[in-house]
Amino acid sequence: MSTSSHAILAEGLQKRYGEKRALDGFDLAVPQGTVYGLLGPNGAGKTTAVRILATLVRLDGGRAEVAGHDVVREARKVRRRIGFTGQFTAVDEILTGRQNLLMFGRLFHLGTARAAARADELLHQFDLAEAADKGTKEYSGGMRRRLDLAASMILAPKVLFLDEPTTGLDPRGRNEVWTAVRSLVSGGTTVLLTTQYLDEADQLAGRVAVIDHGRVIADDTPAALKRRVGGDQLEVVLEEAVDLPVALQALARVAAGRPEVDEKHRRVTAPVERRVAALTDVARALQDEGIGVEDIGLRRPTLDEVFLRLTGHKAEPEQAVATERTEVPA
Amino acid sequence: MSTTILDDGVDAPERRMYWALADGWTVARRTLTHLIRQPANIAWQLGFPIVSVLLFGYVFGSAMSVPGGGDYREYLMPGMFGMTMAMGFMNTAYAVVIDTTKGVTDRFRSMPMAPSAPVTGRGLADIVSASVDLLVLAVTALVIGWRSDGGFWATLAAFGLLLWLRFALIWIGIWIGLMTPNEEAAGSLFAVAFPFAMISSVFVAPSQMPDWLGAVAAWNPVSSTVTAARELFGNPAALGDSWIEQHAMLGAIVWPLAITLVFVPLAVRRFQRLSR
Repeated sequence: MSTSSHAILAEGLQKRYGEKRALDGFDLAVPQGTVYGLLGPNGAGKTTAVRILATLVRLDGGRAEVAGHDVVREARKVRRRIGFTGQFTAVDEILTGRQNLLMFGRLFHLGTARAAARADELLHQFDLAEAADKGTKEYSGGMRRRLDLAASMILAPKVLFLDEPTTGLDPRGRNEVWTAVRSLVSGGTTVLLTTQYLDEADQLAGRVAVIDHGRVIADDTPAALKRRVGGDQLEVVLEEAVDLPVALQALARVAAGRPEVDEKHRRVTAPVERRVAALTDVARALQDEGIGVEDIGLRRPTLDEVFLRLTGHKAEPEQAVATERTEVPA
Repeated sequence: MSTTILDDGVDAPERRMYWALADGWTVARRTLTHLIRQPANIAWQLGFPIVSVLLFGYVFGSAMSVPGGGDYREYLMPGMFGMTMAMGFMNTAYAVVIDTTKGVTDRFRSMPMAPSAPVTGRGLADIVSASVDLLVLAVTALVIGWRSDGGFWATLAAFGLLLWLRFALIWIGIWIGLMTPNEEAAGSLFAVAFPFAMISSVFVAPSQMPDWLGAVAAWNPVSSTVTAARELFGNPAALGDSWIEQHAMLGAIVWPLAITLVFVPLAVRRFQRLSR
């Protein structure tokens, strides 16, 4: 495997915290110019992996190269070529947006004039020009996150690490950040992002590595991962639970696999291959029987289902995290 | 875009020294910009010593006596200066907690800047803002009638000793800040700072306290600094008989030095533990 074609290369990373193995033989090869999603539940080791690759945490074993340089022996070279935004927006709340970018630009050794010019560019690029001279305390969550992204883009890094970039944002803020990340990608930056929101990986990443218990258990495109779970699902929701057996029979006739019944939600689901034919057949059959249908439709499997299939357990964050971040739909 | 990369982090030693200073200054400027953008914060910070001056100087003042004679308000003011320096470590700790919990420290660590800059910048900014605190307090003191009779150089030396104490406490502040899990916990540091500043010669001479408490107060580093400042200002010092009170000047120099020598390695080790 040629090193130069990969923006990120990790081989057998090991990291232990006391008895707990945060990373246990973590391998990853991210080609240049791609967006890679690191997907897994809380505690799976995503953040540890990113922090090691961003030179923030020492590794216990294995080796990693980022932008062609070893993260341990050439940490400073790596730091010149990466951007990092952690789980919290790391901007100064009292300074204005512009003052923040100026400070970080100086710390990247751009010199005052170039730091100022770069700050201007980034404020425009991230649609913050109007709020440039307001204190960031007045910013919305999405704006602050965009400023955070702008700060990590000052040197136009080859590789950008985003650790849960939209955690804690409302849907509007998430969309703002997604748009910003997409614009970076079109500029050629390689992005490694961690997320526990499966639709986020689906939205942004060209490839997804699913991580569980400190190692990568699957590594593929979102579409291919979904294919592993099976094709599309036909879903019927009934008005009356008593009609469930009839609906089950109707679906069984067209299904490519065994239908599943969810009595609580009066729902029957089955994988189907001939999508449209299956949909019309079932709809007609239910109508002929005179059964009240609340909803019927085809849907693609979610990455949640992929995770469940791959790991045998659900991608549920730990309890404490779940209550802390309830405002964000998973 | 390799065009924006100035050098490759493999700097000559003198370049490295230059960037250590330049980056430290950039980080310090950030905190100083806070002062300029939020000048009211200085008032909040100084509210406590100023209210203390009014309470102790005027409410309790007539009931307070200075052993060996002298005006209580003259005795009190250097104590206020010292108390403000002593409690300043909370500002350092608080700033460190905020930066660590909000990820600013991690951002700095992921950047190719001088690794020492977050610490030197913090220290520099704290000394500058402590100087501003002292200036505001000194003006307040002059308004209520406090005077230094020590002459220009002695007065300057007294303020120098006060800042020397504050400098030493930066390292305790950083060390504590790195160990404090969140902002809320940082608020409870007051419970430590309060007795540290009060069980000293700030308000009352140790000789007027119960023996055991008086001994603790006399050996408190804050007492040495405050007593030395009183001597330099020519204010009543109410010296007790204990060795440490008789050698306040020595204590005011050696205590902060000892604190620095102990807590710099502790703070550095804590900082390095971030990459565990």
